[in-house]
Amino acid sequence: MNRQRIHEDPAHYEQMTSQASPPSRTGQGVLRAWWVGGLICCIGQLAADVGVHLLKMSTSDGYCLAAIVLVFLTAVLTGAGVFDRIGQYAGAGSFVPITGFANAMVSPALEYRREGMVLGLGAKLFTIAGPVLVYGIGSSVLVGILYALLHH
Amino acid sequence: MAVKRIGQQTILLPKKPALLAGAAWAGPKEGKGPLAALFDCVTEDETYGQQSFELAERQMVLDAARAAIGRSGLREGEIQLLLGGDLLNQIISASFTARELALPFLGLYGACSTMCQGLCLAAMLLDGEHADHALCVASSHFCTAERQYRFPLEYGNQRTPTAQWTVTGAGATVLSLSPGKPPMARMTHACIGRVVDLGVTDANNMGAAMAPAAADTLLALFEDTHTTPADYDLIVTGDLGQVGHDLLLRLMDGQGMPLIGERYRDCGLMIYAPEQDTHAGGSGCGCSAVVLNACLLPMLARGELGRIIFMSTGALMSVTSSQQGESIPGIAHAAVLESPVEKRTGV
Amino acid sequence: MSWDLFLYAKVFLVGGALCALGEFFCLKTSWTPARILVCYILVGVALSAFGLYGPLVEFAGAGATVPLTGFGHSLCQGVIHSVQERGWIGAFCGGLTATAGGIAAAIFFGTIVAVVAKPRMKGKNT
Repeated sequence: MNRQRIHEDPAHYEQMTSQASPPSRTGQGVLRAWWVGGLICCIGQLAADVGVHLLKMSTSDGYCLAAIVLVFLTAVLTGAGVFDRIGQYAGAGSFVPITGFANAMVSPALEYRREGMVLGLGAKLFTIAGPVLVYGIGSSVLVGILYALLHH
Repeated sequence: MAVKRIGQQTILLPKKPALLAGAAWAGPKEGKGPLAALFDCVTEDETYGQQSFELAERQMVLDAARAAIGRSGLREGEIQLLLGGDLLNQIISASFTARELALPFLGLYGACSTMCQGLCLAAMLLDGEHADHALCVASSHFCTAERQYRFPLEYGNQRTPTAQWTVTGAGATVLSLSPGKPPMARMTHACIGRVVDLGVTDANNMGAAMAPAAADTLLALFEDTHTTPADYDLIVTGDLGQVGHDLLLRLMDGQGMPLIGERYRDCGLMIYAPEQDTHAGGSGCGCSAVVLNACLLPMLARGELGRIIFMSTGALMSVTSSQQGESIPGIAHAAVLESPVEKRTGV
Repeated sequence: MSWDLFLYAKVFLVGGALCALGEFFCLKTSWTPARILVCYILVGVALSAFGLYGPLVEFAGAGATVPLTGFGHSLCQGVIHSVQERGWIGAFCGGLTATAGGIAAAIFFGTIVAVVAKPRMKGKNT
């Protein structure tokens, strides 16, 4: 008895699937990501300029202030239920800047708050943003060790 | 020798168990769709007055179940069996509803195929005279499914064009062997589906993952009952969405058993209007459950449909299996439902 | 650094381009955003280690520091400066020190918002 009723080989079915699936609009997506991402960076630059020129910070502290301001704005917009709409519209335009990192921490904290302050909010804060920290910090330590070996 | 069985997958129901009454509870987004006027209740918001979305889903199941029982003319204690399931881990919506109703309970998991899985099992138990009255429930909730299968609600991810929108809703149907009132429909055959997997791995394209299973079950049903698509006024799939809908048509064409376009519908496409921005359509246990109870059963009861195939489709993956790179197995169960009245001509 | 409007054009173009590239990968491959972000931060660390990212920050300011590659750059520069000052122990201390502002802000504001706000239905209610 032939157990296979649908005589369709997976490779051909994959072709059929991609034909039946509406394509993502790459041009539109890239443009939206560009302008939203560019705008977010400009807000960051404005915060950095305010820090350096008005608050007399060093340049690096200015950029640190820019990060904090963007993280703060993201947290507020996430809590107000607006950031997910920006993300749906802009895609990488909102997740590549530090706003995406902040949203990835705030949104699970918000979502899992109902499971308690410790195992809900506390534990889930890093579920999405964790990989970025793991690989970012991990690779920077590696760079530091190599640098120390080469220069000392 | 199993006498109530024809062919490889189809189960005969000679006593034609009655679908006595149904109820459909829907969320606000569903309440703005094309079927809005047909739902028994459209909740004001996603929380339905509860402290969490999980509690809201549970309350919707409970209210739909009680409404269906009330409409069936039976008392709660007369229901001898509750069959139900949902999408959440350990099917908590169904189990916790069963705690409230205090009925003999069998929990089901068939992903989005749960409504039809329940109907098939209930009909068999009734036909086998193991119960007189049974209740089937199935539910899903966008906000509870999203956090379990995808991301937190406030996470700014971009949904792909093939993604489907989990229906917020609960459906309940009372089945009976000895109805005290005219039934809405009668069930003549149940076709238990096989798990079929053609290697789709994209969790954002579940319609494509489930379409082969839907085709497999349909072919089995046609083969076992010696019928063709022309013998049914309507063939309704659960939640294939636009992509799965198109793929099923192509698969059936390829198997030499083409479906008739105007007699084939998908619940996932019926429940939302195109401008509701759900991308490929609705999904979830609640999708076929509310469409059956709000739309299909009343049409059968009025005789606007004579005989239909109601088939819920399910994608049997978990977050773990997806993350481990497994493809998505699909399943589809079918029920043949007949109108209790003579079909009106010209409809 | 001075108030420089021309700088804002550069910020917009470079920052936007880094995002547009991410969106391109997102749409053209089956990679998840998380995977793209991990790649971005690794590329940022690598470019910075070879001294290639510093000039981009000079050129485009926040257009280079705000995208996640800039986060990698901060980690890398923090580590390198710390190793110069403190020796090998700096490899472990410098990265987090340099990026502490953003991370601590995300934890702090995230916790406050999570306590105050409630998750809502996604998208517009249509």
